[in-house]
Amino acid sequence: MHRKIEELRDSIAKNKPGKGINIMEVCGTHTMSISRSGLRQLLPEDVNLISGPGCPVCVTSSHDIDHMIGIIREYPVTLFTFGDMIRVPGTVSSLLDERSQGKDVRVCYSPMDALDHARKNPKKEVVFVAIGFETTSPLTAVLLKRAKEEDIKNFYIFNTHKLVPPALEMLMLDEEIKVDAFLCPGHVSAIIGSKPYEFIAKRYRTPCVISGFEPVDILQSLNMIINQYNAGKPEVQIQYDRVVKPDGNPAAAAAIYEVFEPVDSDWRGIGTLPLTGLGLKNTYSRFNAARMFPVDITQSEEPKGCKCGEVLKGILKPFDCRLFAATCTPERPIGPCMVSSEGSCAAYYKYERQAYKIDQ
Amino acid sequence: MKGRLIKLINKFSDKIIQLAHGDGGLKTRQLIDHLLDKYLGNEVLSRLDDSSVIDIGPNKKLAFTTDSFVVDPIFFPGGDIGKLSICGTVNDLAASGAHPTAISLALILEEGLPVKHLEKILSSIKKTLDETGLNVITGDTKVVGRGNADSIFINTAGIGFIDDDYVISPEMIREGDTVIINGPIADHGLAILSQRQEFNFQADIESDCAPLASLVSDIKNASPNIHALRDATRGGLATVLCEIASRTLFDIEIFEDKIPVRSQSRGICEFLGMDPLYIANEGKMVIFVSSQDTDKVLDALKNNIYGRESKVIGKVSGKEKGSVFLNTQLGTRRLVDMHYSEQLPRIC
Amino acid sequence: MCLAIPAKIIKIKGNIAEIESLGVKKEVDISLIPDAKKGDYVIVHAGFAISLVEKEEALATQGYWKEWLDAQED
Repeated sequence: MHRKIEELRDSIAKNKPGKGINIMEVCGTHTMSISRSGLRQLLPEDVNLISGPGCPVCVTSSHDIDHMIGIIREYPVTLFTFGDMIRVPGTVSSLLDERSQGKDVRVCYSPMDALDHARKNPKKEVVFVAIGFETTSPLTAVLLKRAKEEDIKNFYIFNTHKLVPPALEMLMLDEEIKVDAFLCPGHVSAIIGSKPYEFIAKRYRTPCVISGFEPVDILQSLNMIINQYNAGKPEVQIQYDRVVKPDGNPAAAAAIYEVFEPVDSDWRGIGTLPLTGLGLKNTYSRFNAARMFPVDITQSEEPKGCKCGEVLKGILKPFDCRLFAATCTPERPIGPCMVSSEGSCAAYYKYERQAYKIDQ
Repeated sequence: MKGRLIKLINKFSDKIIQLAHGDGGLKTRQLIDHLLDKYLGNEVLSRLDDSSVIDIGPNKKLAFTTDSFVVDPIFFPGGDIGKLSICGTVNDLAASGAHPTAISLALILEEGLPVKHLEKILSSIKKTLDETGLNVITGDTKVVGRGNADSIFINTAGIGFIDDDYVISPEMIREGDTVIINGPIADHGLAILSQRQEFNFQADIESDCAPLASLVSDIKNASPNIHALRDATRGGLATVLCEIASRTLFDIEIFEDKIPVRSQSRGICEFLGMDPLYIANEGKMVIFVSSQDTDKVLDALKNNIYGRESKVIGKVSGKEKGSVFLNTQLGTRRLVDMHYSEQLPRIC
Repeated sequence: MCLAIPAKIIKIKGNIAEIESLGVKKEVDISLIPDAKKGDYVIVHAGFAISLVEKEEALATQGYWKEWLDAQED
């Protein structure tokens, strides 16, 4: 083991509060990094890393998925989506199932691919599934600004973008959730900076550290959180300072708010959270696929017994759900937390379901 | 010891075939275990070895294998569908310890395929046959309408003989065996990906497509204790290890810092969020050998053109539940699972 | 979803930059980093550069975290 990793590990064990500490991370990439690296094996039992609603795919509502599927069933559109989204089940189907049935669903690495396709195929209606937090919404914003400048008439987005800081406030207000500190998302913060989290430290007296994604970043961040907690001086610190500046990326943040405005949003398994989503401003409303391709959706339902909501809020661990690894597995997922490449259930199943402590 | 694959708990309930059924991972396993085995299963087939081996006389066995090739695009850095079709079958025969003897070749050509492409493929097939000393002794050609075959599909079947009593099969694996691989992983799958329009990147990467019969022959000569060999193709190194582990119930430990991956392969994987452990190879043999013969086998490998970058990557530990564990660079240990979904469609 | 990696800008043409990381070259959109110059290191997410990063620091995220840690001590 690298000497520095040992130091960080030992420092956490030595300095952790006597009663233990609950630290929530709210970024799917952090969830995966923690599971994939076996990081929990380096932590004392009572330094409890909880996965919060950090996977945008996991928190996209069944209703939205049903709507997307309704669109490709009823209209001859070409739908572009990031790979993560394709297997998430709605009430009766998923985009992958629809593709297997012959619908034109394509995976893209960059949203630009969707716009390019629309440019090259002016007779085809092209819909891009715009999903993600503040790391990704500036990209959609740039896309739409360009589509508007070039007057592209056959391009739309199915918008499900959400915001992180107001969602964190909702978590703080939920009495069931016991969080002592937040590990804040690195790349969302590269866009928004550290200021949007200050209310968590000030009003809710909860330490926040903006962390990189390497296991060593997370270990450093955990040490910083513990130090803040012990000192009784909660604040927002940036561990990931090689990328994140306190002001974030002003050009990117400006792009978001040129095209979008905060609206209420439906978080799967959690419910409607006020002003936690992004909606298209009037000047961009012609790009709104949900409006341009209306669909009749029968009641969207969550599957029986699915505990994704509680898992997403960090109240339950994946293995506390009775369906986990029994009827809900990556090859037959029941809820989004298992199917998303960054869902907590997928992470636990893939890497930790036979949890081993290493002998040191 | 019977070598039957542990049946997976989940039944095969899919109503239509998906691309994931062909990617070599979990869904492929389910298709085979629960549908194909239901109709076709028998003692030989159900062992699901790279080649099936049957007794044909005293101290003489026949190995028989077949494979179909649907790779898209048909020409890629480091090879083409022709070279692939011979290497794939040769390697399956070699993995059971057989000396490849003859090959069949069936071509399904798409209307509109330029003849000069076909000639290039045939030339590539010939070159690979010459290298391995093999001949195509029977074949078939069909042509289907435009749009029905993606230029060309190829099926090869191969036979080989095992004249010695050297048994190479997962049943022979023992606790303490060393696990070796003959070079860096993931190159083939990524070479294919680099040619696909939608991924839009350039990298100096070539398929590792290679016929490994000579390599297997060299290591058999170096040691009488090669216990098992597997050709790590679709589904990658991880899938091969998971299959062997679940079949034998031995746990397998591998070490992250020992697994050879070229830096540009790692780079592409970082970019696209993929894991090299699950990406296809076409010139990689996973070798299980008695630990005392590790050095002898490594020497023999490094003297072979296809084994210069061979590395010991792990070992077989005790008989438990048949799990594969990765010892990470961080100093922790975590599970390696069968990959579920299609990472890369049509890479073999 | 937040998958993003560091890469070096080797060429710029308007809004598009050719970037290189660990031997892989790709074109990305740099309109979100108006000050980006050739030779800068950027974090790339879904085909866009979203932030600048210090060259030496880029090591950490390129899989060379041990070297990065050792360099931090010096």
